[in-house]
Amino acid sequence: MTTQTDRPPRDAGRRQFLVDTLRSACGVGLFGLGLGLFSGRASSLPAMRLRPPGALPEGEFEAACIRCGLCVRDCPYDILHLADVADQDLATGTPYFIARTDPCQMCEDIPCIQHCPTPALDRGLDDINESRMGLAVLVDQETCIAYLGLRCEVCFNICPIRGEAITLEYRHNPRSGKHALFLPIVHSDACTGCGLCEHACILDEAAIKVFPLKLAKGELGKHYRLGWKEKAKHGGALVTPDVEHHYNLPKGVEYDLQGKGLIIEDQAGKAKGGVPETPFSSNPLDTLNNSSLGRP
Amino acid sequence: MKVTRREFVKTQAAVAAATVAGVTLPASKTALAADDEWEKGIRWDKAACRYCGTGCSVLVGVRDGRVVASQGDPDAPVNKGLNCIKGYFLPKILYGKDRLTQPLLRKKDGKYAKDGKFEPVSWDEAFDVMADQWKQALKKKGPTAVGMFGSGQWTLWEGYAASKFIKGGLRSNNLDPNARHCMASAVGAFMRGFGADEPMGCYDDLEMADTFVLWGSNMAEMHPILWSRLTDTRLTKPGCEVHVLSTYKHRCFELADNGMVFVPQTDLAILNYIANYIIQHKAYNKEFIEKHVNFTKTPTDIGYGLRPEDPREKKAKNRAKGKLTKISFEEYAKSVEPYTLDYVAKLSGVSKHKLERLAKAYADPKRKVSSYWTMGFNQHTRGVWVNGLLYNVHLLMGKISEPGNSPFSLTGQPSACGTAREVGTFAHRLPSDLVVKKKAHRDYAEKVWKLPEGTINPKPGFHAVLMMRKLHDGVMNCYWQMCNNNLQAAANLNNESYPGFRRPENFITVSDPYPTVSAQAADLILPTAMWIEKEGAYGNAERRTQFWREQVKGPGESRSDLWQILEFAKRFKVEEVWPADLLAKKPEYQGKTLYDILFENGQVNRFPFEGKIMDERGNAYDNHESAHFGYYVQKGLFEEYRLFNAAPEAPKKGHDLAPFDMYHKARGLRWPVVDGKETLWRYREGYDPYVKVKNPQVAAGDVYFYGKKDGRANIITAPYEPPAESPDHEFDLWLCTGRVLEHWHSGSMTRRVPELFRAVPYAPVFMNRKDARKRRLRNGSLAKIQSRRGEIICRVETRGRNRPPEGLVFIPWFDAGRLVNKLTLDATDPLSKETDYKKCAVRITKA
Amino acid sequence: MAANTQPGRKKRESRGWLAANRWLLLRRLSQVGILGLFLLGPLAGIWIVKGNLSSSLTLDTLPLTDPHLLLQVLASGQIPEWSGWIGAGIVLLFYLLVGGRLFCSWVCPVNLVTDLAAWLRRRLGIRQSANLSRNTRYWMLGLTLVLPPVTGTIAWELINPVSLFHRGIIFGMGLAWTVILAVFLFDLLVSKRGWCGRLCPVGAFYSLLAWKSVWRVSARRRQQCDDCMDCFNVCPEPHVIRPALKGEGKGFGPVILDINCTNCGRCIDVCDQDVFEFSTRFKNRIESAGDPVTEGGKASSS
Repeated sequence: MTTQTDRPPRDAGRRQFLVDTLRSACGVGLFGLGLGLFSGRASSLPAMRLRPPGALPEGEFEAACIRCGLCVRDCPYDILHLADVADQDLATGTPYFIARTDPCQMCEDIPCIQHCPTPALDRGLDDINESRMGLAVLVDQETCIAYLGLRCEVCFNICPIRGEAITLEYRHNPRSGKHALFLPIVHSDACTGCGLCEHACILDEAAIKVFPLKLAKGELGKHYRLGWKEKAKHGGALVTPDVEHHYNLPKGVEYDLQGKGLIIEDQAGKAKGGVPETPFSSNPLDTLNNSSLGRP
Repeated sequence: MKVTRREFVKTQAAVAAATVAGVTLPASKTALAADDEWEKGIRWDKAACRYCGTGCSVLVGVRDGRVVASQGDPDAPVNKGLNCIKGYFLPKILYGKDRLTQPLLRKKDGKYAKDGKFEPVSWDEAFDVMADQWKQALKKKGPTAVGMFGSGQWTLWEGYAASKFIKGGLRSNNLDPNARHCMASAVGAFMRGFGADEPMGCYDDLEMADTFVLWGSNMAEMHPILWSRLTDTRLTKPGCEVHVLSTYKHRCFELADNGMVFVPQTDLAILNYIANYIIQHKAYNKEFIEKHVNFTKTPTDIGYGLRPEDPREKKAKNRAKGKLTKISFEEYAKSVEPYTLDYVAKLSGVSKHKLERLAKAYADPKRKVSSYWTMGFNQHTRGVWVNGLLYNVHLLMGKISEPGNSPFSLTGQPSACGTAREVGTFAHRLPSDLVVKKKAHRDYAEKVWKLPEGTINPKPGFHAVLMMRKLHDGVMNCYWQMCNNNLQAAANLNNESYPGFRRPENFITVSDPYPTVSAQAADLILPTAMWIEKEGAYGNAERRTQFWREQVKGPGESRSDLWQILEFAKRFKVEEVWPADLLAKKPEYQGKTLYDILFENGQVNRFPFEGKIMDERGNAYDNHESAHFGYYVQKGLFEEYRLFNAAPEAPKKGHDLAPFDMYHKARGLRWPVVDGKETLWRYREGYDPYVKVKNPQVAAGDVYFYGKKDGRANIITAPYEPPAESPDHEFDLWLCTGRVLEHWHSGSMTRRVPELFRAVPYAPVFMNRKDARKRRLRNGSLAKIQSRRGEIICRVETRGRNRPPEGLVFIPWFDAGRLVNKLTLDATDPLSKETDYKKCAVRITKA
Repeated sequence: MAANTQPGRKKRESRGWLAANRWLLLRRLSQVGILGLFLLGPLAGIWIVKGNLSSSLTLDTLPLTDPHLLLQVLASGQIPEWSGWIGAGIVLLFYLLVGGRLFCSWVCPVNLVTDLAAWLRRRLGIRQSANLSRNTRYWMLGLTLVLPPVTGTIAWELINPVSLFHRGIIFGMGLAWTVILAVFLFDLLVSKRGWCGRLCPVGAFYSLLAWKSVWRVSARRRQQCDDCMDCFNVCPEPHVIRPALKGEGKGFGPVILDINCTNCGRCIDVCDQDVFEFSTRFKNRIESAGDPVTEGGKASSS
């Protein structure tokens, strides 16, 4: 790759060549430094941008993605975009979607990953339910109308991993006294981060949002194990099982160590727990004259 | 496929953009909302929620003539400040971008033409053309040639005024509400069983019962706030149990202790099995049935309410017959004997231990049981029967008319009870349970209405489905649809309703706030001022009547249904519609209009209007109808209506409503309201003042079903009979239709709320994954659904909220883009004439 | 100095516009045609080619991948999928045959911009040019391959004007036009043919593929050269011409063998004397002065 130019006097030429080379090297080096620093800014995904299903972890993804846009083309719902140079926090040309405007529709055939020429999108992913594009987080319980007692549950109803990724927890509504709360709870072991819930959230600003996993997940101390889970996994106590316990108890009284605790039998010999059979008197009028019900 | 999926999302994106852009509050106002001054300028007033029969109360905030805020009414006993997702967006239903603001008439060359294009016209021209068409039809064929299709979403006085105009003025009984599609079977069973319409219990049963049983009701989505109460009881009351029966798994199954998916129509058999179980185990309440119950049987093999030439109708031995015959307890016991556990488990597909658990719940004398049902029972070709079979079980156990023990028919619409049923908008009814067939009832109505004897036609008019058939056949030519969307709602659209709407000699008027599917097929569209754009009243499922004042003015030239009915009545001179001999009985009416006779009758126009309606806090409200007609119309109509239910001489007792002004103060009152006191449980001494009136000897706390002359309710035995259409080798799937939480009925309001549309934009076909696989479909694929009557294309949903068993699919009907009623069969309960929207046969292929 | 601002004028005047712009026209057709193929999908819904120059799929079967980009992915420690390998292999083979920098003049969309800048530069008579070594691009190329292992990402792709521009046209430009404008202004005002000729590592990579490529421009009738300098003026890499055109005496054959010749054919277009033609590297014999074609004489005048 020598350049064929008219040759100046030999010495001057060599000096010139050295200077030129040094100059180029320094220039390119400086430029490289700048570019390297610039590339560092986009190493974690911004909060509202999500990668297509099967994407490598951020960092690796940017290294592998060739920015060809085949995934964008293959998405039948046209939800994917390629990042613009102006995208401050996203590597230029890499694919993303925004759950609030266009969530992933969770195609069972995952067309977007089928033609990826690099490992950026894992072609081995064959069950869309196993994808982890992000994690839905109920970010604001103060505005989520389900937490306020209203009957919404739009996120729960639209969730494609029904009954697993989002479940409803029933709770008594102490304010109204006679209604239940239907609280949506997200489970990271099933949530794919498709964003259908965030898209459907009926608030002006969604109370449930899908974040990239890194932003959404906490992490338990590496040393700590959950005893009950370990026991279940192990199929029994990890150490020698407990011995059988015996107690000094008056007649008619039993003690159940693992379960009910103290059990006192009533006169009829029927075991009685801590609570009455029903809180109501058998006479309906007693209940009706109770202040909370039956307004005049 | 690719392109359509793309288009699908494009629309979604557009909606998302609209959501962002089209919030009701302009951005500047949102900013101001923080401003105390602005907030203080909001005028708050109460109103009943626009949607379902639950009857939640909301507070509406108005500023500068616009609804700018809303909240659940914290003092409302039903909802205590809560709302469902639809209620949350109530203000937005007023402000859809395509509200109709002027009358539109199909015209060609400046004149009305059936094949013309819609052009804006004045109200005068609209009513001129309409009255001309109606008069021609009346002249040619008499009063049965015209008809009106009303609504359980009408306000009380709108229904009352319509009833008066059609039955008392035009002398046609062709007035039916869309409640025919919704509550008619429940009404039929109430009348047959108890001689009086509407439930004996109230919502407080939701806290009092130990066991809840849901029969064909997806309360979790359709009565969201009531479900929230039921759930709370299940959570907080030890030992409380929930049994859910349906033909597919729905949201209620999430709470169910005993969830049962049964083969469609076998609910008849399951109920008979429970009765049989109770009798076999001698668990029935002997004292109760001896004192309070008559045993009867109903004719069987009664057909399916199809057109008479249908082979299924020709085959039926006792077509549409329902006269009860008294039988003994032993005969009754024998009639349910065949319904053994083995037989019913096999027939219904429900496991034996589940059935037995259910039967035990009813049979346990110590447990209070409340049963709830909605369209699964009512939209049933044996709807009246199946309602009755449930009462049988409750009556056998005496578990009725007391706190916690309640068979409770939930209504679908906000005023199915208040308007459709109580004020008599059914084709066979007059206000307060009176019927046109009975001379005494007609006489009383004519007396109240100051009409000459013989004005009211003794023959019941065309019911909802029959109207469609009569339009189709050209027997009825003028049809006025108000406050509903029947072209989307009525079954067998392709072959019955649509051809009827478009038949050249027919003239169809549709009054609606929005351009609905019905409006598209109409000839004249009248723009309607809706909900709180007028003073209104609704009656909910627990007999609670709730009022609201006009909060804002309807847009443009839109007018309330009440205004429209009264104005249209002005177009008829009495000579044009009454025969001379009838008019001769009241010669003072000569030369008068129907409006003069019916509304300026010295009774309705009794209450002066002062120009404003004032509340106790000094706020002033408009009332455009009263300003227009010159008197307090709503009050006048209501007080006249009270002559049917609260006057001492009224033929039917126990429907008393309180005086008009009370309701503007109260958060709803449960009738009968006697001496200012509400009634919680009917027919039980101590709770219901009429028990003692009707039976002075009654023991304290005892029941007396005073709707019947002997004070006894009817146990009515009825067998299992197959549905009108079942899957076969050609159409191999059951189709069930219904609603979703996010949308109200045909979606004409809720689909115009961007957030609700975004949450559930289109109707999918919910199907079992195995059924989908068999047809090479998967979640999200487009599927063609075909029945003998039509076809539609929907996206497959295999992982959604509804989980049908193999062999059944569910499609909601809210979606104007996928009209599921092209598929449904117009088979009805032959007794109640209510369509069975829950059962027909379809096949599904890849689209 | 008319020839300087309007090279090819003589030929245009004597032989007509078409003859003086034949290869240019074909080149533009090729550049626009390739863009058109990519755009047919998003604009008309006809999906012949999907993706972009970085990687594409034709008729849902034929993969094509930019080998330079693949190399960067490899350098970042990621192993491409088989379709990526195959795609890069096909591209590699093709350019090995036709000359690597054929990409620059016949495919790369940035060429449209830099050609415009060069044309404007000539028209406006801008002659100042920063002294940038033509070797800088190889340093740049090195940089693109060093950055991935260092930064863990294919950093060059963050600002690569070639892919930015092409992707911009097909997927939506966003702010990518600012980078392209920068390239244009750089070429126009800072350095003559500065981007493609001195800096672009993509071109540098493709130039390496030209080492043994067959398809070449030959100054076959170099004896006819009348030293009008039009070819030097129009050539984006003018240094490649000299040995072939003027090096007969130093033992150079007539075929332009320099790896940085982009096979654009502009020299063929503008030469009034029909000195140049497309040929192969194998036809590089040194013709005698008495070649019947050349009629002799003129070659010796230099």
